Amino acid sequence: MSIGEPLPRPDGRDKVTGRARYAADQEVAGLLHAALVGAPTPSGTVTAIDGREALATAGVARVLTAADMPRFGPVAPPSAVSKLPMQDGTIRHEGQPVAIVLAETLEAAECGAGLVRLTIEPAPFRPQGGGEVAVPPGIYGPVTFTKGDPDAAFLAAEHQHIAEYRQPSRHHNPMEPSATIAVWEGENLTLYDSVQHGYSVQAIVAAALNIRPERVRVISPHTGGGFGAKGFVWPHEILTAAAARVARRPVKLALSRAQMYANVGFQPNMVHRMALGAGRNGRLTAIKHEVEHVTALSDDFVEMATAASRGTYASPAIFTAQKVERANVNMPTAMRAPWEGPGLWGLESAIDELAHAVGQDPLDFRLANYAETDPATGKPWSSKKLREAYEEGARLFGWRERAGRPKRDGPWTLGFGMATCSMGAFRFPSQAQVRIKADGSVTVETGCHDIGTGTLTIFPQIAADVLGLPPDKVELIMGDTRLPQGGPTYGSSSTMGVGASVLRAAENARELLGRLANLPAGEVVMKDGRIGRRGGLGAGVPIGDALRTAGVGEVVGKGRFTLPGDAPFNADGEGTPHTIRTFGAVFIEVGVDCELGLLRLRRAVGSYSAGRVINPRTARAQMTGGIIWGWGMAAMEASPYEKKLGRWLSKNLAGVAIPVNADIAGDIQIHFVDEFDPHASPLGAKGIGELGATGVAAAVASAVFDATGKRIRELPITPGKLV
Amino acid sequence: MHPFAYTRAATIAEALAVGAQAAAAYLAGGTELLNWMRLGIAVPQHVVDISRLADLDRVEPLPDGGLRIGALTRLNDAAQCTEVVRDYPVLSQAILKAASAQLRNLATVGGNLLQRTRCPYFRAEELLPCNKRVAGSGCAAREGLNDRHAIFGWTDACVAVQPSDPAVALAVLDAVIVTEAAGGGRRIPAREFHTLPADDPASDNVLVPGELIVAIELPAPAPRSAYLKLRERESYEYAIVSVAVALDLDADLIRRARIALGSVAHRPWRLDEAERRLVGCRPGSPEAIEAAAAAFTDARPLAHNAHKVAMAKNAVLRTLRTAAGMP
Amino acid sequence: MPDGSRSGAEYSLRIRVNGTDHAVSLDPRVTLLDFLRERLHLTGTKKGCNFGECGACTLHLDGRRVNACMVLAVQADGREVTTIEGLAEADRLHPVQQAFIDADGFQCGFCTPGQVMSAVACIAEGHAGSDAEIREWMSGNLCRCSAYPQIVDAVRAAAAAMAGKG
Ligand SMILES: Cc1cc2nc3c(=O)[nH]c(=O)nc-3n(C[C@H](O)[C@H](O)[C@H](O)COP(=O)(O)OP(=O)(O)OC[C@H]3O[C@@H](n4cnc5c(N)ncnc54)[C@H](O)[C@@H]3O)c2cc1C
Ligand code: SF4
Ligand code: FES
Ligand code: FES
Repeated sequence: MSIGEPLPRPDGRDKVTGRARYAADQEVAGLLHAALVGAPTPSGTVTAIDGREALATAGVARVLTAADMPRFGPVAPPSAVSKLPMQDGTIRHEGQPVAIVLAETLEAAECGAGLVRLTIEPAPFRPQGGGEVAVPPGIYGPVTFTKGDPDAAFLAAEHQHIAEYRQPSRHHNPMEPSATIAVWEGENLTLYDSVQHGYSVQAIVAAALNIRPERVRVISPHTGGGFGAKGFVWPHEILTAAAARVARRPVKLALSRAQMYANVGFQPNMVHRMALGAGRNGRLTAIKHEVEHVTALSDDFVEMATAASRGTYASPAIFTAQKVERANVNMPTAMRAPWEGPGLWGLESAIDELAHAVGQDPLDFRLANYAETDPATGKPWSSKKLREAYEEGARLFGWRERAGRPKRDGPWTLGFGMATCSMGAFRFPSQAQVRIKADGSVTVETGCHDIGTGTLTIFPQIAADVLGLPPDKVELIMGDTRLPQGGPTYGSSSTMGVGASVLRAAENARELLGRLANLPAGEVVMKDGRIGRRGGLGAGVPIGDALRTAGVGEVVGKGRFTLPGDAPFNADGEGTPHTIRTFGAVFIEVGVDCELGLLRLRRAVGSYSAGRVINPRTARAQMTGGIIWGWGMAAMEASPYEKKLGRWLSKNLAGVAIPVNADIAGDIQIHFVDEFDPHASPLGAKGIGELGATGVAAAVASAVFDATGKRIRELPITPGKLV
Repeated sequence: MHPFAYTRAATIAEALAVGAQAAAAYLAGGTELLNWMRLGIAVPQHVVDISRLADLDRVEPLPDGGLRIGALTRLNDAAQCTEVVRDYPVLSQAILKAASAQLRNLATVGGNLLQRTRCPYFRAEELLPCNKRVAGSGCAAREGLNDRHAIFGWTDACVAVQPSDPAVALAVLDAVIVTEAAGGGRRIPAREFHTLPADDPASDNVLVPGELIVAIELPAPAPRSAYLKLRERESYEYAIVSVAVALDLDADLIRRARIALGSVAHRPWRLDEAERRLVGCRPGSPEAIEAAAAAFTDARPLAHNAHKVAMAKNAVLRTLRTAAGMP
Repeated sequence: MPDGSRSGAEYSLRIRVNGTDHAVSLDPRVTLLDFLRERLHLTGTKKGCNFGECGACTLHLDGRRVNACMVLAVQADGREVTTIEGLAEADRLHPVQQAFIDADGFQCGFCTPGQVMSAVACIAEGHAGSDAEIREWMSGNLCRCSAYPQIVDAVRAAAAAMAGKG
């Protein structure tokens, strides 16, 4: 068995030698470099574009404007926006592409972009914080939810807690800026692209360019981090394809770091209006959670952060509602961790405050309100071992013993905090195939992507176990839409979806091979490169022999992971008898230098109930990364928005802080409860990539409160709030 | 970047000759200049690479006991040179808290003093209202997001701060900046090197076009000195506020204190009044606390940066103790 | 000595990259990073920001780690550049590369070439004496996947392995 083994990543060698190729690394002969010209204002009309000066620059080949672009066909999700740029003069947000400079060199393209003269008729705009508040349509489910009589229950509650918790807009800032290379051969388009789901790009680019999807091939073997920013299809990908068609040359567009701020999404600012009621015994009687955040003028993005309050604690009465504020900003999008990531900042902060008000230990308070079944629907959980996770996390951290721990270390006042972690389960259908050749080679083929989560490591493990091979004998081919359609690499969904399809494909290949070897179906066993009958493997034959004897060059097993009703998406097991979620607890120790306003992470323990762990090594990396991501959210991350100018103020990595190595000074310990969830996927596994990032900000705020007595209700917790 | 001509100067005379041309810019480490050219902050027609000028990349003792740091000494080399670590810890610490290990291998000590404000309006990839970018275009930060801006010495025309860490240390060390120019060189006290916006919001320092920094001279050693830099991120980030302190002690009493704040004004901000009042005090004593607090009575925080006052005040007290070797 | 009196001129220069000499004529605007990536197709060195703010472009210039996006190619005239592609000897990984694999010091891998080049220099500079020192001297390389603890493990292990070899 290799499942459950901490195998190293097979992509390691390519990544440490620089051989791994990301989108902008692909070598394409004769390409033109593209540079975008963005709108300098958040609203208005481009009335004229003068490209003469740019064109006069050595090396500049074309200056494309809306007039040069084809009329795009209608697009809908997974296109991030429905109104594509460069179709007319309308400006909907600052930074929106209004022209593209194509040049023989990157230097010429960038210089040329600075020389394009725009004439703009500005118009009044709605800034973030001054937009039109509305109830959006339910895109990912109903935007309001009521169980019981929350108002009455709250009013009657012995203990009441009302507060607002805020968080700023933040950008994903994956280290790899999005890049696209478009190559046309006749009517066929190849895109080398930086993506989390190539098939979305295929479908949307085809729709926009009015061509059949089969004509579009998207290649993306490695993606330099996505975190949601490369999940949907963004206009620049379509524009690059269109530009290459117009120019009749391959075109490469690599977004600058600055362009990443307004050309791909961001996590919108949020206010969580929380009202919790509890009885004298500390049992929750009412949970109310309203969320409001910004969205673009053209499209409603709804960050369903209130999901946290429907799925975490037992309460007879629950009310949740989502609102959006429509403004002249670029389109927000999902970001690690969506929904519960922000939602638990609000809920867990409020729970912590209420626990203190009731006079209970925050962990005991959570245990007392443990949800034995799905609080929203009453359905049983597909699996849940959160009690064990709390217990083991508390033990590893020394939570129960914290009163006896020193509260000072030099200038640092120490504080301890904890929070519950939880994520819903996004599942997507997936296909894969497993090819076994007469020369004994085995390949797993599925069109999903490597964004670093560990997919390259675990899919061979899954197939290898079925085929009785060491994982390093199984080659994985991914990142190409010509392959069987794998599920996306977002929403922590790949292990469940793609992993299950790989499992099925391997089983199918084994069955096909068994048939060739005249073995009775259901009794085929493979081990050590041989195939034979259950109980009698000694008499089995080498895989290659089985194929050669049958005179067959290869067998190709096919596997699918499907959802109830063949749906394209399933959240939390809706439509099934069980609710699927992942759970956990995070414990944090911080140091606060109260005189200087400094906040530092000293150590963290994350303990999770998240189904079966396929590879503890890559899983640990995911959780550690999640906690550090959460630390960034808690302690520093914010994309300041300039309200008067209607733009992101600092579009770089110097004016917007994300954690550096020195920030992570403390030990981060990860624990997984032993668990198998048969309902989430046949592998017993669930999604983990985002779970680790949930709860952290609330645990940090709780630790800061423990240290200082100050309750911080607005992220990030920067020195100005502490001094 | 706009096209430019490139010359690599072999001698100071050659550098001065080309540098005197209109729209010429010296290139030392390039870690500021390249970014300015990308953002359109600088559009030189002629780039004069001075990074290989002989003999300007080293630290040498001065006959009277001080130290001469060649302007082209890389930050990492200056900070880790034995004499600097031993005799001028405040400078070594300030440098090592700046930028990153890689950048400090490129960036020069001279270039560092010539870095310009990190005001995000000034650094934007589009022209925003900013008197430093376009004279008379206004100051968007004055009524905008100004949490990282000045609490001392600002005017309505510009509320930016000078972000250099080494400059703060040089200000307490009473260093001298030595220049060469076509018409002859100068010796400029570090304290007077950077200008305030009241003079001209577009200007940053007193150098004239074509003037070349050749060295920074440090007077007598200041072994009892320390630097404290405060920021939300532990490393690779500019300061919210920083403090440099150099002390002369008589037993545990202050004989002479030199204190400068960084990132609070358009130049390193020496606390002359507090320095005077601290004479005879013990670091950490109530009198010392009172003396340091007095330095902030004329602080003028903006809408979003009142916290800088409290942070700076406590940082001064903390650094006084550190410099004195107290726990 | 390269010189040009009019802008737009190209400059002849010679750069040694991973042991191979390249004599080229270049627009002086071309950075060392873009020269390697777009001209030599050595794409291991990554562009994460182009402003010195991320460290993804870290390589060695005359043996010292620098951000390649902050260096004009003409400045590297006559100098020696080592990129991630030049670190392994034939098929034998450099101990730091091996340590990154062993310690799981990466996820998406985009920051990794820069991390590895930075780590090699960090050890050579003598800045790998303690975990705290490693963290500080590796802070010029952002990793958004947040593999920081594993990166520190890798640098510590590689430093020990290399010291062991003498
Ligand atoms: C991401 C990032 C983070 C940073 N963080 C910090 C920080 O925390 N603290 C800090 O202090 N600094 C920081 N810096 C700034 C950095 O230290 C400076 O960019 C650097 O010191 C400038 O030196 P240089 O040699 O590279 O200058 P260059 O870019 O070569 O030159 C800058 C300017 O000075 C002129 N010049 C250079 N040398 C001379 C000379 N000898 N005589 C006359 N003119 C000259 C040039 O013409 C140019 O106008 C950071 C920079 C970056 C990119
Ligand atoms: S503070 Fe100074 S640099 Fe910043 S916008 Fe105002 S004038 Fe410009
Ligand atoms: S690309 Fe050079 S530091 Fe980011
Ligand atoms: S491994 Fe992805 S950014 Fe470091």
